[in-house]
Amino acid sequence: MKFPIKMKRDRGKIPGFGLSLGLSLSYISFLILIPISSLVLYAAKIPLKEYFEIILDERVIAAFKISFFSATTAALINFVFGFIIAWILARHNFFGKKIVDACIDLPFAIPTAVAGISLAQVFSPNGFLGKFLAQFNISLGYSTAGIVIALVFIGLPFVVRTVQPVIEEFDSVVEEAAASLGANYFQIFFKVVFPSVLPALITGTAMAFARGLGEYGSVIFISSNMPYVSEIVPLLIIKKLMQFDYVSASAIGVTMLMIAFVMLLVINFLQNKMLKERS
Amino acid sequence: MVKKRIVQEPLWVKILLFFISGIFLSVFIALPLITIFQEALKSGIVVYLQTFTDPGVTSAIRLSLLTIVICVPINTFFGIFIAWLVTKYEFPGKRILITAIEVPFSISPVIAGLLFIFMFGAIGWFGTWLIDHGIKIVFAFPGIVLAVLFVSFPFVARELIPLMRVLGKDDEEAALTLGASGFQIFWKVTLPNIKWGLLYGIILTNARALGEFGAVSVVSGLVRGVTTTMPLYIDILYGEYMFRAAFAVASIMTFLALFTIIAKAVLEYFIAAQRKSMEVEIQL
Repeated sequence: MKFPIKMKRDRGKIPGFGLSLGLSLSYISFLILIPISSLVLYAAKIPLKEYFEIILDERVIAAFKISFFSATTAALINFVFGFIIAWILARHNFFGKKIVDACIDLPFAIPTAVAGISLAQVFSPNGFLGKFLAQFNISLGYSTAGIVIALVFIGLPFVVRTVQPVIEEFDSVVEEAAASLGANYFQIFFKVVFPSVLPALITGTAMAFARGLGEYGSVIFISSNMPYVSEIVPLLIIKKLMQFDYVSASAIGVTMLMIAFVMLLVINFLQNKMLKERS
Repeated sequence: MVKKRIVQEPLWVKILLFFISGIFLSVFIALPLITIFQEALKSGIVVYLQTFTDPGVTSAIRLSLLTIVICVPINTFFGIFIAWLVTKYEFPGKRILITAIEVPFSISPVIAGLLFIFMFGAIGWFGTWLIDHGIKIVFAFPGIVLAVLFVSFPFVARELIPLMRVLGKDDEEAALTLGASGFQIFWKVTLPNIKWGLLYGIILTNARALGEFGAVSVVSGLVRGVTTTMPLYIDILYGEYMFRAAFAVASIMTFLALFTIIAKAVLEYFIAAQRKSMEVEIQL
């Protein structure tokens, strides 16, 4: 291909704008925009009254409550433990650190179904931890606890990987200045270090929460999947599909889609704020 | 290596933090990992290896391989173009495009599958036309490909965009003034600069494409041997209480996941080294 005319018109511009714009837009339209609009337009045909009847159905409400509750709990657990792990990795050297650091990404790399069956096994009554917990009459299978366990696993790297670089970049001079002014360690930590890491921690937690809301694969193996008790929204959508109840599936699906977009905007906003603060 | 800091937490806090992290990572990372191999090898290595002669397992492996052979190159190809578009040119709506790349990550895999049901299923836009022409997309292999393309789409672009932004376009513009064509610029100037980042993106795409479960289970229709990828077959085996076989298949996928995180760590090292050498260049 030659671009003799174009070259003259906008000199110094890298060629290929038309080609890459065309290819990118076609692919994104085909893969993302058209499929999303086909679901949205199908759901848009449902009368508003019927839509609310579906969404406000007791079982659907229960599923949303379970999904929100488990995703929130798991995100808060990761808020605390993800921060501690990121702190250790960013601030300390220890034997085997590279391996531990790499293993944080395991939940990203391992298929959700594999994570699901192994977590279910670990916490099952004859599994390693399940046996231990059974001595105290604690069973995690038939409650939302199992769902939370799966979501903690899935969400961990989001928090650690967002917070870790921010702790690493934090200038030790600031801490030293605080120390020289007579602040003790906890004052330095809570008044100087933690506030500057907090935006990243919130961003990571929001990502973990968003991921947790939509998670399916790892949850269904460890949860008892009982309606009203431990049935998450994605599972309910699949059940509706299996009953060929496309109207309900699309109504619940569109609701989930709207929540996902709100979360995407929130996370984008948090990330931009974080970037501005860092620079 | 972390450089020594003057302000350090008291020793008891340090010990406590190490203790908490140790317990947490043992429960959530180490134990599940050990359990997979322990369960897979419960009845000995011979039984373990026999699992992979089972026709259901071999056809699931074949289908998974076929899926990645189709999906990874397509997403790599378009991912490069999107990263190129976003980092080399200014145009209206660029921010929206960058946000659109993130969409597959932010929506539930189940919803991702659902989208294609409503696009190509019997009730979908193209549904009746497809049925009239005897083409099956949903509840068949093409549906799996579409779902996997969707969920693994962002990785390449997402890795390349920040990298190509840092690299800037000075090299490309220099090549342009020397008379290089667009493709020459890409092959000889850009690609050598982004190769590690690109490989990183490809490995992540591959991991997601192999492991996707939610989206694929919605569109597959679960016809055994025809539309069962490895994660779906794990689900089937587990549902039939064939735990050992389920864990045996899971163990191969775990090997691949371990390979992925090792490759990731190695490539991150290369990318960081490349960035450092660039910073030195700028300072000079």
